[in-house]
Formats: sequence, structure tokens, C-alpha cells
Amino acid sequence: MTDETIEIEIDGKSLSAQPGQMLIEVADANDIRIPRFCYHKKLTVAANCRMCLVEVEKSPKPLPACATPVAPGMVVQTHSAKALDAQKSVMEFLLINHPLDCPICDQGGQCELQDVAMGYGKDVSRYTERKRVVADKDIGPLIATEMTRCIHCTRCVRFGEEVAGLRELGATGRGEFTEIGTYISHSIKSELSGNVIDLCPVGALTAKPSRFTSRPWELEQMPTIAPHDCVGSNMYLHTRRQEVMRAAPRENEALNETWLSDRDRFSYEGIHSKERLLTPRIKRNGKWVDVDWQTALNVAKIGLEKIIASHTAEKVGALISPSATTEEMYLLQKLLRSLDCHNVDHRLRQADFSGQGLAPNFYGTPIRFKELSTLDSILLVGSHLQYEQPIVNLKVRKASLAGGKVMALNPIDYDFNYPLHAKVIAKPFDMLNNLIAIAKVLAQGSSQGLPGTVAAANVEVNDNIRAIAAQLKASNSSALILGAIAFNHPQFNAMYELAELISDMSGSQLVCLPEGANSAGAWLAGAIPHREAVSLDIKKPGLDAKRMMEAKLKAYITFGIEPELDCANPSIVKRALDEADFNVVVTAFSSDSIDAFADVQLPLATFAETSGSYVNAEGGWQTFKGTVKPKGEARPGWKILRVLGNLFDVEGFAYTTSIEVQHELRKQLETLQIKNRQERRFNMDTPHIEGLQRISTWPIYRGDSLVRHAESLQQTTTNDPAAVAMNSKLAAELYLKDGGEAVVKQQYSEVRLPVRIDERVPDGCAYIPGGYSETAALGECFGKIDIERS
Amino acid sequence: MSEVQQALLSDDAKAKIDVWLAKYPADRRQSAIIPALHIAQEEHHGWLPENVIEAVADYVGIPHIAAFEVATFYSMYDLKPVGKHKIGVCTSISCMLRGSDELADHIKQRLDIDWDGTSSDGKFTLQEVECLGACRHAPAVLFDKAYLENVTPEDIDKIIAGEE
Repeated sequence: MTDETIEIEIDGKSLSAQPGQMLIEVADANDIRIPRFCYHKKLTVAANCRMCLVEVEKSPKPLPACATPVAPGMVVQTHSAKALDAQKSVMEFLLINHPLDCPICDQGGQCELQDVAMGYGKDVSRYTERKRVVADKDIGPLIATEMTRCIHCTRCVRFGEEVAGLRELGATGRGEFTEIGTYISHSIKSELSGNVIDLCPVGALTAKPSRFTSRPWELEQMPTIAPHDCVGSNMYLHTRRQEVMRAAPRENEALNETWLSDRDRFSYEGIHSKERLLTPRIKRNGKWVDVDWQTALNVAKIGLEKIIASHTAEKVGALISPSATTEEMYLLQKLLRSLDCHNVDHRLRQADFSGQGLAPNFYGTPIRFKELSTLDSILLVGSHLQYEQPIVNLKVRKASLAGGKVMALNPIDYDFNYPLHAKVIAKPFDMLNNLIAIAKVLAQGSSQGLPGTVAAANVEVNDNIRAIAAQLKASNSSALILGAIAFNHPQFNAMYELAELISDMSGSQLVCLPEGANSAGAWLAGAIPHREAVSLDIKKPGLDAKRMMEAKLKAYITFGIEPELDCANPSIVKRALDEADFNVVVTAFSSDSIDAFADVQLPLATFAETSGSYVNAEGGWQTFKGTVKPKGEARPGWKILRVLGNLFDVEGFAYTTSIEVQHELRKQLETLQIKNRQERRFNMDTPHIEGLQRISTWPIYRGDSLVRHAESLQQTTTNDPAAVAMNSKLAAELYLKDGGEAVVKQQYSEVRLPVRIDERVPDGCAYIPGGYSETAALGECFGKIDIERS
Repeated sequence: MSEVQQALLSDDAKAKIDVWLAKYPADRRQSAIIPALHIAQEEHHGWLPENVIEAVADYVGIPHIAAFEVATFYSMYDLKPVGKHKIGVCTSISCMLRGSDELADHIKQRLDIDWDGTSSDGKFTLQEVECLGACRHAPAVLFDKAYLENVTPEDIDKIIAGEE
């Protein structure tokens, strides 16, 4: 955009505008209100509703403000007799077919059409003919449709095409018979579908889970931060009488813009789940008894004290959800460390901790999320970005639309909503070799020598590898994105070091996007066994999440997790918890599996019911307040930990607010030493795996306990089902067919799972998702498995 | 695209679609959807089943819904089974003034069908079409791809007899 500005006049006000801007943009920027339905600042101009007609001097007819570029000396009237006449006429046309039954419409009270009709509509309709009736469509569990109300603004259609990148809705038919829908009835699959609810200016598309439950004037709008990914989308929870009724995006141009992923929008349903733990409980003679907080906390304290006295504090371990607040992370590690125990971790699904001592202060991104959309090339390494980090994926898609090249190295040939310039689909244990190959190609013709172990590795170089290396090298701006698959990979450290090396060699940024809402907060607050808060190294580090379970400790504290569904190796976790003498479970949800191993259950408040903060992958702190009172007897995590701290007589646990906790940590953070790019080990040994390899990721709506309890999300078809997925070649070799049943064996356990044919899974591999009780008897995410016909 | 879907389009049809695809830039493949749907319709007995529209969309490389939008917008695509021949009678104003109603009534009686109906022998489908651009020689009829002007009931009889 050039620096020159154009002077125009709207409603008698002299305004300056940029060439190429549309009239409506200039008007909006100067608080001049022009009615509109189809125009939306984040979508392309359609100019099909005609509501924004304005009078422009020297134009014989009124012009749509959304599609009229500014020109020097333009004189515009938005409320002249001519403009108003045009706007009122359009309104009359729109109301010909729109039902006038606002009191029974879910959009009533928050409806753009209703608002504009108040200003521009007539009180009597001249139209006495029958109105058009359109059959409603079933487009899934998240969005309710009342298509008779549709005014064909096509915002939802444009959103799918331009933003979500998955064109599912369209305008079929012609003229009066135009209908918005999917044509072939199916559930909308986009992970961002809920945004059409906000975009729809009428009551045609509304939120199904909250439909007909409240009126907007009864609701309070409470700002908060979304608790599922490392972006921390800004959002509002709409509450009524201490009940969360629904969620909506809160605009933040740097993060989620005006959007919200479905996971963030609909996970609030988990707050109301029937499985919520509402009272503290203790196990007395093998039976669960509801008790008061005092009793439960005392039992927890005495139990832990006994273990510490009869063994040592080193026989206690604590696992905390990577989506817990920074304050909870900080207090949990502070409590344990004051008892002389460093066994605390949030990296529930990580398998390789060998490089943790060399790790940066936290795994995150050195560039802002929004800068991703300006890059020339992006290489995804072990990431199904679209489902892991839907909002980051939007930025990557923007880069792709602007001509950037996106590439991928993944164990599954995921469908992305942008084309891949080059891709390498490798078995999990071949991924490292492919990274080495990229480094080797990059090194050719470069004076920079490769580390010995990398240079010595004997790897195959193919055209895709060359294409990836060439593209990274040729780009002025590029990035590698390390996703959940890389983080949970048994060779994470080697992959990370290679990714760093490739970044250095190609001048790329290394962007790390770990799972959970607060991985960065966990690292800074010390919810890791080898560093205290503010990255202070510990001489004798505690046990990491994996070793804690392998070591069969005497007591465990789990915080905000369902261990069997959240951890990398559920069979080992189950064994460790079953065999431990004493388990304190701080949880928002109860389940049979928790009942089986816990000794004390303390009801935890969800993100909506507690104050706290999340640190996103950019390192940005976002503090939020509680929006509603906790359900039942549940209490915010920081309060539970504070009282436990007091019971243990630990000094410095006299907090009265979560902000005090945050201040204490942030004060210390002023002395934070930046840890970055230390020595690398380059241990490139790739274990040789005979036979089939398991690929395991957490499906989009199975990643944490809150989203798993959000019923509507569970009914979508976006989740990968609990099944064993393989390509047809492998299925044929094993005499399996789609929909059949297979016995899957891993280490000492076996489960029966339905078979799903998925050609995106490479040869010699099977994809078995985590986060399901059906697969919880199995072992680690990536490893050898056997599959047989049942 | 799965093999089953691919089989819905013959190699011949794909070759014909390729000719159209070649006329547009590589990133504007959707421009070829109109001729592509026509080609597919021709080899599927004059109409477009849903799975064929999807196969065309996959072949052209556009979302299914984008092809459905086009297929439902234009009356030249038939989304339900039709007879071997389509008789499209123009009923726009010039043709109406020149007797298209009588012409249509004659066809309806002769074949014992109504608009959009197909004769019991499966040979003819009667369709009402908008202006064919032949007002000066009204009434006009589109018989399959043949453009007929100044059509009389006798002309229609001859054509029907010729096909029977």
C-alpha cells in the first residue's frame, strides 16, 4: 500500500483514505454506520445484499459502499433521502421472504437483520403473498439450521472457501430457489465451523448446543482465554446466573483475529458434564465416601506424609495437565520442592527426555504467529497442524494463499487445507533419517560442515527431500514448525537438534508448538523435574513423566488429568498407579478408572471457574478471571494447592489471590537467564524396528479432559474414531477389511479394535489414536505392534 | 479420487474434459466445470447423478459443493433421469404469443406426460425452457441439440414418429 492518501467526504466530514479502500471501510474506521449484511471485514466483497447502498455525488444511482473504491474528491451521503430510500427498499425486499417471528427465533435480540429492520424496515408489509419456505438441513451437532430465515448473504459460504479452506456450504439452485446448504446431506467437518454462527447475520445458522437456552439480554459477557492450544485464543464466555451458556470469540488481531476454533468454542459443555466431580471424596475401606474439604485435604496430607516418612519424598511424583494455569503449575512444583521432591512434570505424552537439560527456557516460537502468514516457505515436521493448532494453521494457510510454499514431513499423509509443495510421508522411525537427509542436501556446496554423527549417517535422498531443502534455502523467510508428533516421538531430542541445524543452515525460524494451553507456562513455572521456576537448573533432577511411571513410585499426585487417557503409555501408567500405595487425584471429572486407583479425589475447578494465566507459545502472558462459581464443591486449583501448602506448613503459601502467585513468579522471572542454542549431542542412532509400527496422536476432540467431556464435539465426525487405521495394502496382507475387527498387541497388552482403511497411513504402520478408553490398555505412542484378525 | 468414482467417468470423457482444462490457466481449473458437466451428462443418459457430479468435481479438482452449485443453477443440467430425447419448448413471451402453449399441450397429449415428464417408452422428456433467442421465428424448440424454429404440432409429430 502506498503512503499517498485520498481526501473524501462522507456525510459532510472530510476524511482521508488509502487508495483501494472501499467506502464502507473508511466509514467504519470513522464511526459512520452504514447498514450491511453480506459485507464482513475479514471476507471478500460479495455486494449481494445491497443493504449498504449510499448516495455518491455524480453517480446517477446509489452505490454499494462495500464494493465502491474510494476516489479523490468523492462526496458521499449515507443518510440522505436518496440513500435512505434505497436502503429502505432493500430492507423491504429482504423482508419479503424472511419470517417475522423474532420471538421464536434463537437469534432474536442479537440479530443483525432485526437491528437493521428496526432502523430501516416498515411497520407494515405490503407483501401479502406466501413466503418462501426452505427445508432445514442437518449439518451436524454444532450448528442448527433454520434455512427459511436465510437471506443469502453468503458469508458462511465465503468463510468456508476463504478462511476455513474447506468449502462445504454452497448456494445451490437459482433465483428464488437458491438455498444455502451442503446439497448432499452431511455433517460439517471443518474444525472452525462454529464461526459461521457468528457470521450469520440472521437466525439461519445458530449454535446447536446452546439453542433456545437463553436470550442475549440475560447473558453477561465475560472475557477469558481459551484453554486448549498454545495460541490462547481470546474469547468471551456468556454466562447466566453462574452458568456458562456459550462461548464467542473476542477479537485479537495478533492471535485469533475474529475467529475461534470449534474446540475452544464448544468445550464449555464439559463444565456441565454429568461426570463432574462435585465433592471431595476419600476411599474408606475400599468404598468411596463424600467428605468435606478439611477431611479430604487432611487425608491427602497425612497419606503423603506417611509415604515420605517411611520411604522418602523421592518416592512421590506429580503429573499436571499442560493446560493447567501457570499459577497451578508454580504452586504444585513449589509444594513438592519444599518437600524435597523434584518429581513433577507436565510433559505427559513425551517419550524422549534426553535433551531436556539443553532445552530453551520453553518451547515456543521466536516469531509472532501472525508473522507466519508472511513467510515464503514453511516445513511442518511431525504435525497435523490443522487439528493440533487450528488458529496457527490459519496463519499458515494465509501464507500459502499469498504464494508461500508449505511442506511436510509426517508419518501420516494428512489432508491440509492448502496444497503441499513437497511432502515426505515416512514411518515414525524413518522421520529422523529424512531430517538428516534434508540437512545433508543443505550442506552440499556449503562450507558449513555437518556434525560427525550426522555426516556419517547413511540415509537415502530422494526428490522430495531435495525439493524441501531447495525451497528452504531459496526462501527469504522460512520456518520449521515442530508439532505434537515430533514432541511425542521417541527420538524427539535428535529431531529437535536436527530441526535446529536445518533452521541454521537454511536461515529458517524454528517454531515449536507443543500440546496443551500452557506448556510455556509450565516450563517457566518449573513444572518440570530438572529445573525450578525461572529455569534454575537442579543438580539432582527429579524423574520425568515417563520415568515416574516406570519407577513405580509409592505415591502419585495427578492434577487436572485422566492419566489413562492423557499419558503416552497408558498401560505403564495404569500399572504404576494401581500399585502405588497412595494417590491424590485433583480432577474436574470422575471416572471408573480414577475411582480404581485414587485414594483421595479433590474436585477441581475448570478454566472458566478459576482465575489464572496462560503463557502462549509466543511467550505472551494472558491473565483471566473466573467467569462463574465452580460447580458443587469444586475449588480453583491454586486454592487447593495453597491449602495443601499450609497443611504441610510450607513457608510462603499465604496467598490470597492468584495474582499474588503470579506476581511472585513474574518477579523472579526478571532474573531469567535466556537458555538458547546450547551444545547439541546429535545422537543419531535410529532403533531398528522389525515389523509394524504404531502411530498415535490424540484426535482433535480427545486431547484433554474438558474437551473429552464436551458432548456435542464428541458427536462430530471430525474426531478420528477409536479404531486401528491402515492402508488397504496392509489390510490385505493381514486379511482384514474395513469395519472388521482386529486384535492389536503391544508389549504385554492387547485390545480389540474396529478396522478402518485409510490410505494416508504409510506401509508397515497402523494409526491407533490415544485419548480413548478403548485404546488405553496399549503402550507407547510410537513402537512395535502386532495386528491379527480376531 | 477413489477408483469407484473414477470409473464413473470414461477415459473418453476425461480426454474431452482435458481439452477444456487445457484452455484455462492451471490454477483456474474450475473454469472448465460447465463443459465438463455437459460431457459427463452426455455419457450418463442425459442426466447427472450425484456421484457423477462428484466425480467430475474431483476430476476437475474443485470442492463437490462448487460443482453442485453449477449443476443446480443451470437448467441445462438434469438432475433426475430423463428420456432418450429431450424436447425443450420455449414458453417465453414471443413463443407464447406464437402458440407455444398449444404446442406444449399437443406434446403433452401425444406423449401422455406433463412438464418434466418422460414418455412411458422412455424415449422423450418434455421440458419448459426459457428464451432460446429465436423470437423472430417463434415458437422455438430445442430438440436435444437441434434448434428448431417456427415449430408446428405437425413438425413435432414428424419428429416423434421418426424416433419411434
